[in-house]
Amino acid sequence: MKHAKLMTAAFGLALAGTIATGAQAAELVNYKIVDETIPQSLTGKPGDAAKGKKIVIHRKKGNCLACHVMPIPEQQFHGLTGTDLNGVGSRLDEATLRMRLVDPKVINDGTMMPSFYKTGQHRVLKKFIGKTILNAQEVEDIVAYLMTLK
Amino acid sequence: MNFKTITTAVALVGASIALAACQGTAGYEPNPYDSMDGGIWSGYKTASVETQAMQNDDFENPAMPWVDAAAELYDKADGEANVSCADCHGAPDDETGGLKHIPMKGVGASYPAFDPETNKPINIEMRINQCRTKYQKAKAYKYESDEMLGMTGLVAMQSRGMERVSTADFPDDKLNAFWKKGEEFYYQRRGQLDLACSNCHEDNPGNMIRAERLSQGQSNGFPTYRLKWQKPGSLHRRFRGCNKNIRAQPYGYGSDEYMNLETYLAWRGRGLPIEAVSVRK
Ligand code: HEC
Ligand code: HEC
Repeated sequence: MKHAKLMTAAFGLALAGTIATGAQAAELVNYKIVDETIPQSLTGKPGDAAKGKKIVIHRKKGNCLACHVMPIPEQQFHGLTGTDLNGVGSRLDEATLRMRLVDPKVINDGTMMPSFYKTGQHRVLKKFIGKTILNAQEVEDIVAYLMTLK
Repeated sequence: MNFKTITTAVALVGASIALAACQGTAGYEPNPYDSMDGGIWSGYKTASVETQAMQNDDFENPAMPWVDAAAELYDKADGEANVSCADCHGAPDDETGGLKHIPMKGVGASYPAFDPETNKPINIEMRINQCRTKYQKAKAYKYESDEMLGMTGLVAMQSRGMERVSTADFPDDKLNAFWKKGEEFYYQRRGQLDLACSNCHEDNPGNMIRAERLSQGQSNGFPTYRLKWQKPGSLHRRFRGCNKNIRAQPYGYGSDEYMNLETYLAWRGRGLPIEAVSVRK
């Protein structure tokens, strides 16, 4: 299972290399999955929680509110298809949250939640081929933000 | 230990916590539909009262100008053969089906049908064009043209209230192979967001996805007048929209892939009343 996932990540890398034509393809950083978590920061830098909050709201970035209720009352319309994220920073640790964002299918292969740091999905719209939804630092910023939701 | 069961249980608990914690939060709307019935239902149910009212009354239905224009074309001789639709089929609502005994009533409830000429499923749009090129010897309408949308609406409307029928799941049905491919498409994740039709329309009907209330994604209302489009649109336009929203490369209007999907969706919606021309947000 975990081997397969590592291979998928590698495969994604290969695809990013071959298909993405010039248009600044995301360079996937290597990460290591340990027991369905990613313990190490993707960038080696701490995330910025304030930026993370902006990214979870942004409809073309995280757009997490499409599916999740979050403690952001100033935004109207929170989706309901995902778990309520109030208090998620107490329920889950950083390494699990990072895994959740990078590729939640490792945790639950039937989940509706997109993999925010992965390439190689089926029939991706041409302009997104080889690109991840979020870059590594954006993932870290969101993890930092989620950790504040105690 | 089955991890999926655990996460599902967690999700369920999470959902009930959400209910408890968020009563009164602006914009938070619980799903009033999942407990109402487990059966199939039309997107009419999740449409707003205002939108429903537009659909209920043909004088308010903004699609009617397209249908009225098509009704004129229906009676007009066209093409090298210089015949009209009415010359062969009688008036649109003539249940005897005119000279050729092929009435328009029932078409919307039973299409896509199997077309022995192409050995593929054929929908109303393609049938209209077959009649135009073969019998009228006229130019085909463009798939998403005003003429085609109006004419499809006019034809589909004649089946209003009739229940959708499909036996495409029977192994000896000529549509069976196409139905199967449509089913595969429906459950296949696609696009950068990696979602299948089923993630939204089978797992979450009635649920809010941001400000949109998900329906079962049924096809019984098509063609549909969408307020967002400011005009009627075909089912394939809707497919393309749902594909692009998850950043998936769409297929072409009338493509084999979408015809298979249309064949499969008709089967999913069997028993639903035909609503054409429906009105949606
Ligand atoms: C298309 C729907 C969708 C989107 C978009 C989405 N999620 Fe999720 N998320 C889910 C679902 C459904 C679950 C429930 C668990 C599962 O399916 O495995 C979930 C679970 C989670 C969990 C685990 C919660 C817990 O208590 O176990 C976290 C954390 C999370 N999501 C964060 C995010 C963040 C942050 C974003 C945006 C960057 C996001 N999600 C975007 C659907 C989504
Ligand atoms: C990310 C979520 C999502 C996915 C995935 C998705 N749709 Fe939709 N779809 C919507 C939303 C939102 C609407 C508008 C509200 C409604 O009727 O559900 C919609 C509407 C529809 C409608 C119109 C229903 C009506 O009554 O007018 C059809 C048909 C449809 N979708 C089919 C599909 C098919 C087929 C697929 C897969 C190719 C698909 N959808 C994938 C979100 C989605």
